[in-house]
Amino acid sequence: MIETSADSAQPLPGDFAIWIFIFAELVVFGVLFAAYAFARSSHVDVFNASQLTLNRAYGFADTLILVTSSYSVARATLSIKAGSSTACGHWLAGALGLGGLFLVLKSVEFHQDLAQGITLSTNLFYMFYLALTFFHFMHVVMGMAILAVVDYKAYAGRYSAENYTGVETGGSYWHMVDLVWIILFALVYVIH
Amino acid sequence: MKYPSQQVAKPYFIAALALFVGQIVFGLIAGLQYLHGTFLFPELPFDVAHMSHTNLLIVWLLMAFMGAAYFIVPEEAQTELYSPRLALVTFWVFLIAAALTIVAYLFVPYAQLAAITGNAALPTMGRGYLEQPLPTKIGIVLVALSLLFNVTMTLIKGRKTSINLILVGSLWGLALLFLPAFYFPHDTVKASFGWWWIVHGWVEGDWELILGALLGFILIKMTGVDREIVEKWLYIIVAMTLISGIIGIGHHYYYTGAPSYWIWLGSIFSALEPIPFILLIVFSFKMLMQRRREHPNKAAMLWALGTPVMAFLGAGLWGFMITLAPAQYYIHGTNFTAAHGHLAFFGAYAMVSLAIISYAMPLLRGRTANSAAAQRWEMAGFWIMVFSMIGITLALTGAGIVTVFLQRAADDPMGFMQAQDKARVFFWVREFAGVAFFIGLLVYLRSFFIAGEYEYADEMKQALAA
Ligand code: HEM
Ligand code: HEM
Ligand SMILES: [Fe+2]
Repeated sequence: MIETSADSAQPLPGDFAIWIFIFAELVVFGVLFAAYAFARSSHVDVFNASQLTLNRAYGFADTLILVTSSYSVARATLSIKAGSSTACGHWLAGALGLGGLFLVLKSVEFHQDLAQGITLSTNLFYMFYLALTFFHFMHVVMGMAILAVVDYKAYAGRYSAENYTGVETGGSYWHMVDLVWIILFALVYVIH
Repeated sequence: MKYPSQQVAKPYFIAALALFVGQIVFGLIAGLQYLHGTFLFPELPFDVAHMSHTNLLIVWLLMAFMGAAYFIVPEEAQTELYSPRLALVTFWVFLIAAALTIVAYLFVPYAQLAAITGNAALPTMGRGYLEQPLPTKIGIVLVALSLLFNVTMTLIKGRKTSINLILVGSLWGLALLFLPAFYFPHDTVKASFGWWWIVHGWVEGDWELILGALLGFILIKMTGVDREIVEKWLYIIVAMTLISGIIGIGHHYYYTGAPSYWIWLGSIFSALEPIPFILLIVFSFKMLMQRRREHPNKAAMLWALGTPVMAFLGAGLWGFMITLAPAQYYIHGTNFTAAHGHLAFFGAYAMVSLAIISYAMPLLRGRTANSAAAQRWEMAGFWIMVFSMIGITLALTGAGIVTVFLQRAADDPMGFMQAQDKARVFFWVREFAGVAFFIGLLVYLRSFFIAGEYEYADEMKQALAA
């Protein structure tokens, strides 16, 4: 049931609607990861060989950046609960900056792949690698759009120690984007 | 109904229902030609009946969507329609263009029609659903522009609700996605890309947003549930539609000459396309359970709740069965696809059109709801049409399976016509279910005349003269 923000008895942080969306998104990524595992099971050699060509240093940096930004979002929630909308705004701005950095780094990676002539048609591993990371990339963009709206409202003083559902709502989505990346990183860059 | 200018929706709805009757008549004729190949030949060959059937389907759905837009946008924007006169002129232009096109199909051989309408200069004719001659296609664009201008101006001067933004936004999408109709290269791979951008882009993308907006509007009105709650659901449904549906177009690219990675991308993402339909069901029934009032228009509620269920069956379930690449390898282009096409088009777009008509028509005729007797007829029509459409779907599914096993997946494959012959019993069932559907439609239409045929005719004249 979608409840309005006034309801204090809700078990999950933020607006309940975002959890329906998060659940649907997790189903989507779950199916994508399952398909990856299914495809890999019949092409293990191709997957292992191609996986080694990925730059894990980039992948690791991507992960650090997103985890830090998630921390930043968590601090934003704490700040607004303590009644400081400016601090909340700053922490959110920090998270947005890190999100932007992620996009830049990922673009550099995509650029290098392209420069090496890697495309969706190169082989099945690269198809999944490019499709999954690009699909996630678009989710980072969407998450940043949501955070930007929340940040704008925070600076405009629309949240307070009593009314911070919006911050938690945006934050929950952002944590989901982060979580999915961690799984993606482990699955596509590391495990073989 | 709050604003007099909403009245322009009425001729659109009436014309939609009239064209719906025409669609079904051609469907019955085409179905009979499956059983007696020479029925009405050479006066009305199968291809003409088929083309008239599918084109009338699209036209009446567009009529209903437009009527819905002219009804909903002013009400949501809390202001009069920008130009009711323009909407009325557009109605006549559209209706006459559609009628002339069908008449031309019936009386002018298709090749000759192509020759006299300038198809050589800018080839657009021949692809399914897009058979219309060039002047008709240009007419469609002009009608769409007029609609967009009118509703966008109304939106700008009024209140901007999420329902209105989604509705008007997706009407823009509908018009933009029609433009590939003017792109018909010789390269068959590219030509089919362009064709699917329209067909798939409409039914598994843009129109789903229209469906969501119409259903959201009806449910807000009928249940009295907070607008905020409905809007959140709609945004989630919109997001899931686009997330799955855009890349999901790849399920039409298998084995067509498109790069082979589409086999994976198309399978994965189109397999996710049922999600928004499931969300639509959950959403509608939640709204029903949280309702704050009992609306007297029970028939409209029945349509509104039936729509997501039937849409899920037709699009979500039947679509899923044919969407994975290994399944489609055998099923592509069989009557299994036609089964899916029928149940999905009916369950999603025909039914949502009938839902908004059911909600709006009584209001346009000056009452909150029709009499109980009229609603009984309407609901009887609902059940007869729903069950006979399920009958059509099952019959076509059976015919499709016959083709798959005798002609496609067999060690010693039969020829096409031989396999068709083996499926003959299913074509009979389809035709009987089709007749039942037609009866259901007549029962449904009867409900409009319960309050007295005469009055109704008067009102219609007034609305058209307004
Ligand atoms: C609202 C109801 C209906 C809808 C939405 C509908 C929709 C469609 C669509 C989308 C197609 C094209 C299918 C494709 O090419 O894959 C089609 C074809 C057809 N429909 Fe219908 N239809 C409806 C009712 C009927 C009825 C009542 C009959 C009567 C028996 C019928 C008979 C046919 C036939 C014979 C074809 C041609 C199939 C072929 O090309 O082999 N339809 N219809
Ligand atoms: C309300 C939404 C939908 C409508 C109205 C619809 C309608 C249609 C129609 C009419 C066709 C036949 C096109 C032709 O070749 O003439 C078709 C094909 C197809 N549809 Fe849908 N569809 C819908 C949703 C879906 C969904 C959600 C899925 C997947 C889960 C799906 C999967 C397919 C596939 C795979 C084909 C191609 C079949 C083939 O190649 O023979 N559709 N659809
Ligand atoms: Fe499709």
